[in-house]
Amino acid sequence: MTLLAVERIKLFTTRSPWWCIVLALGLTIGFAAMISAVPGHDFQMTVNDSQSGYQFGMVVIMVMAALAVTTEYRFSTIRTSFQAVPNRTAVLLAKTAVVGLVAGVVGEASAFGAWAIARAIRPGPLMNLDTAQAWRNVAGIGLVYLVAAVIAVAVGILIRQSAGAIAILLVYALLVENLVQIIPKVGRTIHNWMPFTVGDHFLNAGAPLAADRAVSPMPLGAWPSLAYFAGIAAVLLVASLVVANRRDA
Amino acid sequence: MIEAVGLTKRYGRTLAVNNLSFTVQPGRVTGFLGPNGAGKSTTMRLILGLDQPNAGHVLIDGQPYRRLHRPLHTVGALLDAKWVHPNRSARAHLLWQARSNNIPYRRVDEVLELVGLSKVANRRAGGFSLGMSQRLGIAGALLGDPQVLLFDEPVNGLDPEGIHWIRNFMHGLAAEGRTVFVSSHLLSEMAVTAQDLVVIGRGRLLTQGTTAEFIQQATENTVKVRSPQLPKLREALAGKNFTVRADDADDAALIVGGASTEQIGELAGALGVVLHELSPQTGSLETAFMRMTGDSVEYHTAAAQAIETVAATNDLAAPNDLTATGK
Repeated sequence: MTLLAVERIKLFTTRSPWWCIVLALGLTIGFAAMISAVPGHDFQMTVNDSQSGYQFGMVVIMVMAALAVTTEYRFSTIRTSFQAVPNRTAVLLAKTAVVGLVAGVVGEASAFGAWAIARAIRPGPLMNLDTAQAWRNVAGIGLVYLVAAVIAVAVGILIRQSAGAIAILLVYALLVENLVQIIPKVGRTIHNWMPFTVGDHFLNAGAPLAADRAVSPMPLGAWPSLAYFAGIAAVLLVASLVVANRRDA
Repeated sequence: MIEAVGLTKRYGRTLAVNNLSFTVQPGRVTGFLGPNGAGKSTTMRLILGLDQPNAGHVLIDGQPYRRLHRPLHTVGALLDAKWVHPNRSARAHLLWQARSNNIPYRRVDEVLELVGLSKVANRRAGGFSLGMSQRLGIAGALLGDPQVLLFDEPVNGLDPEGIHWIRNFMHGLAAEGRTVFVSSHLLSEMAVTAQDLVVIGRGRLLTQGTTAEFIQQATENTVKVRSPQLPKLREALAGKNFTVRADDADDAALIVGGASTEQIGELAGALGVVLHELSPQTGSLETAFMRMTGDSVEYHTAAAQAIETVAATNDLAAPNDLTATGK
């Protein structure tokens, strides 16, 4: 508990996390408002549609999570941290927990905020949270943000540099996972096993689709998808902890 | 008490610390002296368990740092005043450290008061001057009221007022019975601050002992004698087993080693020799230190070599094993 409190103090006594949180909420809720305000009466808004901007918020939260680690390296406060608490695994796990928790809360707030504003602007039967899938599609976003934040923390520990870690995370999550589909024959299969794609499937599996969206068969069901996504985050985190313990601070 | 045994640390192909052993006794200020790049900061990091040694170990009160429970209560350290998040306030910077070792929050205000930063406690630390940052770092080191304190180059880049403040502060800490281990590359600073010295060069121990001993050994005290009857005096002095040599700068003078002014004066009186000058010559600490570490300076400059050349030819000859310069 002590270390969680320490990391909470560290996170919220600098300004950038606050900006990231505001930005994440603004982007996702704003995007939902924008697409639901698009004119045209024939368009039936779904719960799934209201969440289509969640990745913008997720990326911002990943930046926040990576910065929570890399700024410590940048300003060498990581050394002060390890000096105060020589158990590095405990320090970094506490940081991961606090950052993950904040990411989860922001995820829930942005998801329910986006759903509420979309429903207010364009109400309809498909906007009700009346199925397990609809609930998962909204409430699951917090879990996806949490796992994404853990991945970002792990990459931050491994890379130690803000620019490098953020570049890798953004390029990977926004470009690489989609670009692998270009690879002939196997590209599609590889894509279906990429962590953020699988994480996305956890939210969307079984969602009523708009007519213009193609259905792609995914190898895992909804909850196994989340387990797979979280498993990859856990592997990265363990690897980063091993490296941090071996390395000179 | 800090006990280093055979510490060795390698960064790539650079041997930063080489088989270094020393002890730092409680209740005294111990200076950690060496030229830039000698391995002082590396040794400090090894003591705090931040870097892992390739060989050897260092113990604090018999335990490796990483095994200390709530270490801020045992060891306080200021390794670098700039290890602060620039957008965090001074108080917040101390708050999280206090929280991590279950130190009550009122202690944060106490140490801020102690170092004179109470008025700027809520200002962002990034806007602090170097002197203020050093004070904040010292406040952090004092948080847990530890018996052992480490300071790495605490006066580096400070103005005279700041140097004076830190020096008095360390004296105060030692007077309270604490162990203070402070590094510096300035012997003149250590001469007035430290009671014991650990001197290193290129990662190796050069000597360990009291500051007084070190200064006595490193600087040879000689006496300059000027007389119109030099040959007679020289003969008598040589007969007494004093070391005698000509003064390069003055044909009518001798430099005598191993003798006091009283001894020479009495001898001259007994011989009836007229003296025009009889003056003790104290070696400059910096010259002595430069000669001692001359072989072990990591980064030589042309200017430093010129100074060493002058030092080697002036009359402050040190023992032969210390006169080698890094040419």
